[in-house]
Amino acid sequence: MTGSRTKVQELPGERPGDRITAEALAVYMRRRRRSNAWVLVVQLLILSGSIGLWEIAGRQKWIDVLIFSYPSKIFGLLWENLLEGTLLPHVSVTVLETLCGFLLGTLCGTMFAAVIWWSPFFARVLDPFIVVLNSMPKVALGPIFIVAIGPGLGSIIATALAVTVIITTLVVYSSFKEVDANYVKVVRLFGGGRLTVFRRVILPASFPTIISTLKVNVGLSWVGVIVGEFLVAREGLGYLIIYGFQVFNFTLVISSLFVIALVATLMYQAVDYLETRLSRRL
Amino acid sequence: MSYAVEVLNMSHVYVTEQGAMLAVEDIQLGVRPGEFVSLVGPSGCGKTTILSVIAGLIQPTSGSVSIQGQPISGPSARVGYMLQQDYLFPWTTIWNNVMTGLEITQQAGAESMAYVRQLLRQMGLSGLEDRYPTQLSGGMRQRAALVRTLALKPDVLLLDEPFSALDYQTKLTLEELVLGTLREGHKTAILVTHDLSEAIAMSDRVIVLGRNPGRIRREIEIPEPIRGAMPLAARELPDFHRLFRELWQELLETEGEDGR
Repeated sequence: MTGSRTKVQELPGERPGDRITAEALAVYMRRRRRSNAWVLVVQLLILSGSIGLWEIAGRQKWIDVLIFSYPSKIFGLLWENLLEGTLLPHVSVTVLETLCGFLLGTLCGTMFAAVIWWSPFFARVLDPFIVVLNSMPKVALGPIFIVAIGPGLGSIIATALAVTVIITTLVVYSSFKEVDANYVKVVRLFGGGRLTVFRRVILPASFPTIISTLKVNVGLSWVGVIVGEFLVAREGLGYLIIYGFQVFNFTLVISSLFVIALVATLMYQAVDYLETRLSRRL
Repeated sequence: MSYAVEVLNMSHVYVTEQGAMLAVEDIQLGVRPGEFVSLVGPSGCGKTTILSVIAGLIQPTSGSVSIQGQPISGPSARVGYMLQQDYLFPWTTIWNNVMTGLEITQQAGAESMAYVRQLLRQMGLSGLEDRYPTQLSGGMRQRAALVRTLALKPDVLLLDEPFSALDYQTKLTLEELVLGTLREGHKTAILVTHDLSEAIAMSDRVIVLGRNPGRIRREIEIPEPIRGAMPLAARELPDFHRLFRELWQELLETEGEDGR
């Protein structure tokens, strides 16, 4: 592998080291591009292979079509629903609920963490309660929310909030506590009180942790929202799954799962992008 | 005569779940205005405890501390403190970092901002205001931390091994810069250090502490011309090595007593 195909131009005034550096870089980049291309090829093979196999198995009746459906039927249904305008309202309701769930969860969790940080006494008092709440499967509270808030958007968001808020509180609080005491000392030396310490040191130092809990909460919030929709909804992707199950339309169930996978991934990627943008400087 | 810093009969006990420990016992210390005093001693002799008490960060178990005749009750703008590392906030710019003290004490006016710009120029940090701490070298960061401390125009500066985390060359350069700045502003300073030659080269007086518990063992006045010279030049003077050996001997005896 010599640099025969790469252009390494000899410029006037170029030092001898420049050429060998440029060649080494070119070789490295070419190897990396090649290995990246292979990864992509294998990924596409796995994807198209499994979809193709599923399609053939369905059409040849190797599998029970009523339960497992097959890709062309699923995409046909999705396309049909998209054209009829019956798909997007469900998607937007679920996306709205999930967004509310993880934003509120992160916000409330951070606020609780701040309260606990503020008062070490309060932190010790609350400790056993938080341990119990954290160990508990929060979706089990769903029926309580429905009775208390009423069946609908409110109790679905409450379920998502319940799933995210405790773990956020714990993670953010421990990051508050782990902030280097010397940064706190800097503020204290200038006569800053507890509020100043929080605003100037604790909160900005924990900002990367808060952003990364946002990322974890995207996934958790989806769990809360889908379970919430299973329980009460008349619209949303969780509702489509339950409805498809009840009328034994598994093409609908699987197409809803596909949409969930797609939208959840997009949402996760968006938060991930936000995280890299916000924490680039640190 | 009145002292810039006066510590009277100060003792401090640290109490934890594991028990109580007497960190320093019966410390008497008077620092004259404009004087530079170093505290040296083995680790665990309570040097940092003494500084923290003078800074008002911790309340001594007994005894008192006065700054310019006034007893202290907490951290004040009259006393500046340099930590072992810069502890610049990595999430914000150099400018916001050096303005931290002024903003907290609500003195961030046009006049103080002009003063900070002048300090930055003096420390060779002009044009780096919008950089982040991670983009600067260790020496630059410690200089920025010095600007952050000096911005409040403290009368007394407490230096807690501020050069210990730097490489040797940077350390020597910073010693010159810090001492020059302090003498120019006629500021009082207390330096805690492990480095005996640093203590001799910078100070007017060196105080040797013993440990378990920390107490003052001996005071050595640094004679002219060493005390008047700048740190680099001081290291070249003939009496420097005699003083170094004297201090070294004192510290060896401290260590020896410890093995009782």
